Amino acid sequence: MSVSKNNDPFWWTLFGAGGTISAFFIPIHVVLMGIAIPLGWFDTMDYDRYLELARHPLARLYLFAVISLSLFHWAHRFRYTLYDGLQLKHLEQYIVVFCYGIATAGTFITVILIFSI
Amino acid sequence: MESVTLQVLRYLPEEKSEPFYQDYDVPFQKKWVILDALNYIKDHVDGTLTYRWSCRMGVCGSCGMMVNDQPVLTCETFLETYLPGPIRIAPLSYFAVIRDLVVNTDDFLGKVKRAKPWLITDELKPVTEGEYRQTPDELKEYKQYSMCINCMLCYSACPIVGLDPEFVGPAAVALAQRYNYDSRDDGHGQRNKILMDDDGIYSCTLVGECSVVCPKAVDPAGAIQRYKVTGAVEWWKSVVMPWKSDK
Amino acid sequence: MDSRESTTSRTDDAGVEIPYQRFRPKRYQPRMSIFWWIHKKVYLRFIIRELTSVFVAIYAVILIVKLNALLRGPESWEVMTAALATPFSIVLHVIILLFVVYHSITWFLLAPTATVVRLGRKRIPDSAIIAVNFLMWLVLSVAVGWIILAV
Repeated sequence: MSVSKNNDPFWWTLFGAGGTISAFFIPIHVVLMGIAIPLGWFDTMDYDRYLELARHPLARLYLFAVISLSLFHWAHRFRYTLYDGLQLKHLEQYIVVFCYGIATAGTFITVILIFSI
Repeated sequence: MESVTLQVLRYLPEEKSEPFYQDYDVPFQKKWVILDALNYIKDHVDGTLTYRWSCRMGVCGSCGMMVNDQPVLTCETFLETYLPGPIRIAPLSYFAVIRDLVVNTDDFLGKVKRAKPWLITDELKPVTEGEYRQTPDELKEYKQYSMCINCMLCYSACPIVGLDPEFVGPAAVALAQRYNYDSRDDGHGQRNKILMDDDGIYSCTLVGECSVVCPKAVDPAGAIQRYKVTGAVEWWKSVVMPWKSDK
Repeated sequence: MDSRESTTSRTDDAGVEIPYQRFRPKRYQPRMSIFWWIHKKVYLRFIIRELTSVFVAIYAVILIVKLNALLRGPESWEVMTAALATPFSIVLHVIILLFVVYHSITWFLLAPTATVVRLGRKRIPDSAIIAVNFLMWLVLSVAVGWIILAV
């Protein structure tokens, strides 16, 4: 993949899609699965039912979209945060590879996990 | 009479290589704007103070300065707002300073020109066919962007302009959209080439201050955002249907 | 770092610096501090908004870790459940929550800048677009919550 700026509309689309999907869905996940359920405010489902839920085709699609697009949202935004906040634009090539590389790797791992479940 | 202190940034290249603040006490008058106070200094205290101004009514866009670190048109910013003072007055941020409060506008004007803010038509209609008509709805599409007076306040509000001097900047994109959204214009493709390139619209990270400081409510931030969406749609179209693009 | 100097001087064609002359003024080019975003409240809010993406990414990684635990079987799922109940994990998730909620709010408030929605010839006002976004956030959160807890 070329580092050319002409790919920016592509990265920006992923950034926008990821920003939207994470804004809608991540807070409720954090509240329930990261705080409320671990604190015992709700009855925990057992392992089998979580597994069953995760195997549903729509759940697989949902998890893929939330995880992958959130990572690309981060990659694009963080790239520019490094340019703006720390004035690192002269390291552009390394930052681009670092940010989008991590998001791409995370996407691959997610695909493997989703199809292995 | 009540008086207020103005701390004005002076830059006198033939005397000192660095700018410095100079204090001036001016009488306070309720009806005075910052520009009136500067004119008082120029007329009665220190004739060497240099700054630009012209219309005194928020139309010419030449009296923009940083007042207490905020870019404003000094002709429509009242002294009273900043009482009891002192009031800090500096040249517009991120621009090269020529002298005192006068900045170099060459770079800005070059960027505006790059955005081709004029009507571009594929073919001219012969005069016999009459005028290019436009409905009120079509006018409404771009009218907001046509209010820009090139005062450069949005550039001084935008940290990206300061960080990346090549960034095309808010007003240039708003002016490009002024013509892109005009029903009589066919220049979209030509402007795209420039604005979607390096240091174009995707360098903007939507700080949003350009629209906050705009004295004419042009909303350059919105213009850039809408351009990003258009650019993204066109990019995907060119990937999915390569035979249809490249016009 | 930045190659621009605080005072830009003119050079001639051979690159030799021309000293200040009457009609060749030396210009002053201010340099931006690395910490420009601390000096103004709006800029600080901007940089915090941009940094929310880090917490979005952290949670995406947590989701990957959870999926992995689910794949590996009941034992590793138990280990993860226990790890999630530790005070460290709870505090981490509260911090993540603060940032992702800030992300959601700022994202929806800025949504109208990029979206122009028309009903017939009328353009829908920004406030309506924002309201629809917040309403959808509520509806989708309830739906996801119901699926996680009740199905």
